[in-house]
Amino acid sequence: MATLARPMPGVSQRPSRLTYLWSWITTVDHKRIGMLYLTTSMFFFLVGGSEALVLRIQLARPDQRLISADLYNSLFTMHATTMIFLVVMPMGAAFFNFMIPLMIGARDVAFPRLNALSYWIYLFGAILINTGWLTNAAPNDGWFGYANLTTLAYSPGHNQDYWFVGLQIVGLASLIASFNFIVTILNMRAPGMRLMRMPVFVWMSLVTNVLLALALPVITVALLELMFDRLFAANFFNVAKGGDPVLWQHLFWLFGHPEVYIMILPAMGIVSEVLPTFSRKPLFGYPVVVFSGVAIGVMSWGVWAHHMFTTGLGSTANSAFAVSTMLIAVPTGVKIFNWIATLWDGDIRLKTPLYFSIGFVAMFIIGGLSGVTHAVVPSDWEQHQTYYIVAHFHYVLFGGSIFGLFSGIYYWFPKMTGRLLSEKIGLWHFWLMLIGFNLTFGPFHLLGLDGMPRRIYTYAAGNGWGFWNGVSSDGAFIIAFSILLFLVNVARTMRKPADAGDDPWDGRTLEWTIPSPPPEYNFARIPVVQARDPLWHQKLLRRFSPLRADQAEVESEHGEEHIHMPAPSYYPFLTALGLPLMGYGLIYQSESKGLFALVVLGVVVILLGAYGWATEPS
Amino acid sequence: MTARKRYLRALVITATSLAVILMSTACFGSSNPQDTLAPRGPVAADEKGLFYPIFWIAVVVFFLVEGILVFAMYRFRHRQGTDVIPKQVHGNTRAEIAWTIAPTLLLALISIPTVATVYHLAPTKANNPLNVTVVGHQWWWEFQYPDLGVVTANELHIPTKRHINLVLNSIDVIHAFYVPQLAGQLDVVPGHNNEMYIEANNPGDYSGQCTQFCGTSHAFMRFRVVADQPGDFDSWVAAQKADPVAPGASTQAGARAFATGACIGCHTIKGVSQGKVGPDLTHFASRTTFAGSSLTNEAANVQKWIHDPQSVKPDAKMPNLHLSDDEIASLVTYLESLK
Repeated sequence: MATLARPMPGVSQRPSRLTYLWSWITTVDHKRIGMLYLTTSMFFFLVGGSEALVLRIQLARPDQRLISADLYNSLFTMHATTMIFLVVMPMGAAFFNFMIPLMIGARDVAFPRLNALSYWIYLFGAILINTGWLTNAAPNDGWFGYANLTTLAYSPGHNQDYWFVGLQIVGLASLIASFNFIVTILNMRAPGMRLMRMPVFVWMSLVTNVLLALALPVITVALLELMFDRLFAANFFNVAKGGDPVLWQHLFWLFGHPEVYIMILPAMGIVSEVLPTFSRKPLFGYPVVVFSGVAIGVMSWGVWAHHMFTTGLGSTANSAFAVSTMLIAVPTGVKIFNWIATLWDGDIRLKTPLYFSIGFVAMFIIGGLSGVTHAVVPSDWEQHQTYYIVAHFHYVLFGGSIFGLFSGIYYWFPKMTGRLLSEKIGLWHFWLMLIGFNLTFGPFHLLGLDGMPRRIYTYAAGNGWGFWNGVSSDGAFIIAFSILLFLVNVARTMRKPADAGDDPWDGRTLEWTIPSPPPEYNFARIPVVQARDPLWHQKLLRRFSPLRADQAEVESEHGEEHIHMPAPSYYPFLTALGLPLMGYGLIYQSESKGLFALVVLGVVVILLGAYGWATEPS
Repeated sequence: MTARKRYLRALVITATSLAVILMSTACFGSSNPQDTLAPRGPVAADEKGLFYPIFWIAVVVFFLVEGILVFAMYRFRHRQGTDVIPKQVHGNTRAEIAWTIAPTLLLALISIPTVATVYHLAPTKANNPLNVTVVGHQWWWEFQYPDLGVVTANELHIPTKRHINLVLNSIDVIHAFYVPQLAGQLDVVPGHNNEMYIEANNPGDYSGQCTQFCGTSHAFMRFRVVADQPGDFDSWVAAQKADPVAPGASTQAGARAFATGACIGCHTIKGVSQGKVGPDLTHFASRTTFAGSSLTNEAANVQKWIHDPQSVKPDAKMPNLHLSDDEIASLVTYLESLK
């Protein structure tokens, strides 16, 4: 609307001609937001990985004191916080953003501006929590932040302020995004895309986002209580005043266990797309895989206390949660069998995305098996808070989520950029990462069984933990090298022409029916879906009964329409900007009450943003 | 053909070496002091007893499932130059029911001994137990024997073959009590009195450590459990109940420095001071380690500690008192005399 030279009073403006940078800041295109999510989370993956490398250098030998205890504690806290909240969750969101509309045949998400808002909130929250490093106040009480250690009496610096403020902001981003994706999946599917015809990735995204919408309020309650304890002398966790630190553990893990599945389900969705594509067969037992995902989502609410087997909840609670934890292994196991059955009797094309998906399955089996041993409470008492646990969750989160996400990157990179990543470098990346991963985290099982506790910044030589720690540290550098290869691969590929074509993998789902990279409006014509895996269905028809294929083609050509795309907007960015202002005000208000003005300023910015948003012409 | 053979051989070698590594580490255990698979008492033995059967089940499942996965990948790989659409199988109800029921049964089987052992290891009223109250501090352990009138730090003495009833409490944040060779972990939660029991089969020195992250020097919150023959334990108790060694000519200066210095604000020496912040020092020299069991109790280490506690255990409550070398030397001589 460049013709609106003078704005009508009380009506805010849509951006008109934009420079390169502004076009990104004001974008509401789900694909561009997806790219922003992907690159930002990849950046933080490098940050979190570098933090891990320093941890591994410190632990490589016994009795080392290369870094201080305090720095070590900050590093392990920020490594986990970064990897969970700033890498795996937003990288899942990157794929939700980019792929869900393409896979369900939509032109954008349901609320494009809300989508931009959630990205900017995530970015600002991520920056805020990391600026703790600059003020020598990086969070240092663990990503789990057990009260009462996090209260003012035991953590007097601003470290934990950065933590609870940062996590609340980042959590808000996920919460907003979750509603957006739930509505998008339920309401914006192309005609004929019934729920049970949805790609499994979309199904797993739906489950994940429902979990996010329900789980994030729980941790928000916990973080608010901590905030009130720290800033306003409330006593939720103050034992002397009748508070109870165990309250924190219940709230945190009631969020924390669904969170585990929030991190793994998107990767399971990716694998469920990649395996059928490359074995050229439908997913084995689609309804079973879908319902297993839903069952995992539901059951994830009933297992939180297995993180608390040593808290002293008593035999009854321990037994009940042991049994529920064993039960949740069943739908997970079922998925693994279905994936293997998908490969069975296929015509398997061994391409990089498939290697990463197979890597996911292979490593997830190990993580799943060690998970069962944790459910055996008395055995867990010996292993709880040792490296055995660290081994387990790296096998499911790195061996699982990260391998799955890389599979997604290799798989959809040609769709996102129009360019195929190099297979050769991709395979080097895969094998080095697989070897490095097992060298790094495999020995953790042995260290844990040898009684090495987590979160210790040094250990005595007499404990005999030196050898495997050395091996593990070497492995970490192999992982780092493999990631470097990946970056080289991306950099080299991006300089090549975009000639991947619409459908380089002989795909099955709707995103492969449109150009790569997709035009702004995605689908020139909204497709009419006649089967699960619509593109594959069409291909089979064309191959085996061309007559019916022609008929189907004609049917879907009905309904030429006007394409309406949402215009860019300044206001999501502006609105998000208010949150870090409020955050810094809260963190530093104890230094000077005048800093409350910053909180007020933040509120004003948010209100201004919301006003502009509400009065924007559509 | 040769490529295929090489592929197979590589697979076989990898699988075998993996298996060998697994078996050797699993079966032989190690002589490391915190080895969870080398129990030295009935509680830890029960816990280990549950681990092994499940471990072997896991090993079987591992090789079975990974084997099928790798086999499928190899057997059904695309052959160059062929263009076939594989049979489009959408599922198989019988197979899916089977692989839902099989893990369910297996897990049900595992849950039975699990629940039984949970109840079996619950704290019970035993005959003639020894009661010990364990108090967690940032970053050291206090052990009180309420029935014996003994208080000590970082080294828990127990008689062998006796039921030791532990009541865990913390004066600051959450810690966890963990002596892998005697028993698994239980959290030490402020405001809660968690209970557990341990028992040692034989005399020995068992290494333990706090496992719940509790702040800066969490890594140095170590301790030891010393199991003595019942007779030796009784003489240890008698020695601990005795008054501290009276200062002699060589320790006079140190005793004076202690009694007139800042030390008394935090430390107890029976008959001299009543400080409660730091460990009771009445029989300091009877302990083999100090500072959260992170240093061996010898003059050079004690001197290093008093000179600058923070350099040994960052953020420790004990401040650097900026004492002169002479003062420190006399304090060390005195403390080392407190057998």
